[in-house]
Amino acid sequence: MRSLNRTPGLANRIRSVDRELLRDVLLVCAADGVVGLSFGAVAVASGAPLWLPVLLSVVVFAGASQFVFVALVTGGSSPLVAALTGTVLNARMVPLGMGVADVVPRSGWRRLLAAHLLTDESAAFTLPRRDPGERRSAFWLTGVLLFVLWNLGVMVGAGLGGTVLASVDPADLGLDAAFPAVLLALLVPALRTRADRRTAVAGAAVAVAAVPVLPVGLPAVAAVLGVLAGRSGARTGRRGEGS
Amino acid sequence: MTWGAEHWVGLGVLAVATFALRLLGPWLAARVGGGARAESTDALLAGLAVAVLAGLVVTQALFDGREAAGWARPLGVVVAGVLVWRRAPFLAVVLAAAATTALLRLLGLP
Repeated sequence: MRSLNRTPGLANRIRSVDRELLRDVLLVCAADGVVGLSFGAVAVASGAPLWLPVLLSVVVFAGASQFVFVALVTGGSSPLVAALTGTVLNARMVPLGMGVADVVPRSGWRRLLAAHLLTDESAAFTLPRRDPGERRSAFWLTGVLLFVLWNLGVMVGAGLGGTVLASVDPADLGLDAAFPAVLLALLVPALRTRADRRTAVAGAAVAVAAVPVLPVGLPAVAAVLGVLAGRSGARTGRRGEGS
Repeated sequence: MTWGAEHWVGLGVLAVATFALRLLGPWLAARVGGGARAESTDALLAGLAVAVLAGLVVTQALFDGREAAGWARPLGVVVAGVLVWRRAPFLAVVLAAAATTALLRLLGLP
């Protein structure tokens, strides 16, 4: 924090970031960093060249799609099929990006940078905040820290890929439960109205129902249908609740 | 593995398509937003993120792709849910979920 504050532009950006947010974001980014370690190590151990997980993490910067791409390519699938499978996993970026569009600058290189920093995590940390300045701070702080720690983790993991690190499974640390827990802990405070709660419950139900019928990655996108449930309730339920 | 031209194409497609998807959200939002009905549009856009995050929570908690995720992970997320409901601090929620799942796996639960 202190060293960041010396840079005027950044200081401005993180002006309204409180210490609690920084701590929460660091926890999540550290957990992502551990997953990154594992991704780098497993990719190299399964035969990918050293630079591949590192390059993917910079230019794609979306964990699940990177795992899938490397697994399919090293397993002998067509690279185009691997790319399309990974792309489908990232389709949720569209509704997430619509939900936090207000924090994305209107034009210029900052717009491109903000778009690249859009992740489940940066959207989730933005969502429960209402003040425009706080939303921007939360988004940029999460996006930048996640980018740095994710790539750092992948780099170290790739470097140590041949060693014991490749056998460390993030699941042994329960990290696969930590990520849905993170999203849940950030989502619930964002449910301010009855319409929001209806939207969340319906979205979750649609997603689960869609798992057997849609390709992996699309059930979370199908969840946007939950908005219809929220809207239908809005006419009757929203008036008395403010917001 | 041998890395060839078709691998560069695949990597390029994944990177460019992912970036395009990330730009598409804000672009679409700007086209449906603003105007006299700005407030209800804002609520609609926020609702999209709420629905998707809710969908992610349950699908990540319950499934590995299309397979059931077993017991340890969903139970860890249930513990997180209880703590969120009791308004526990974020740090406690996340650590408790991970610890519960890790412990259950240590005890042999899938």
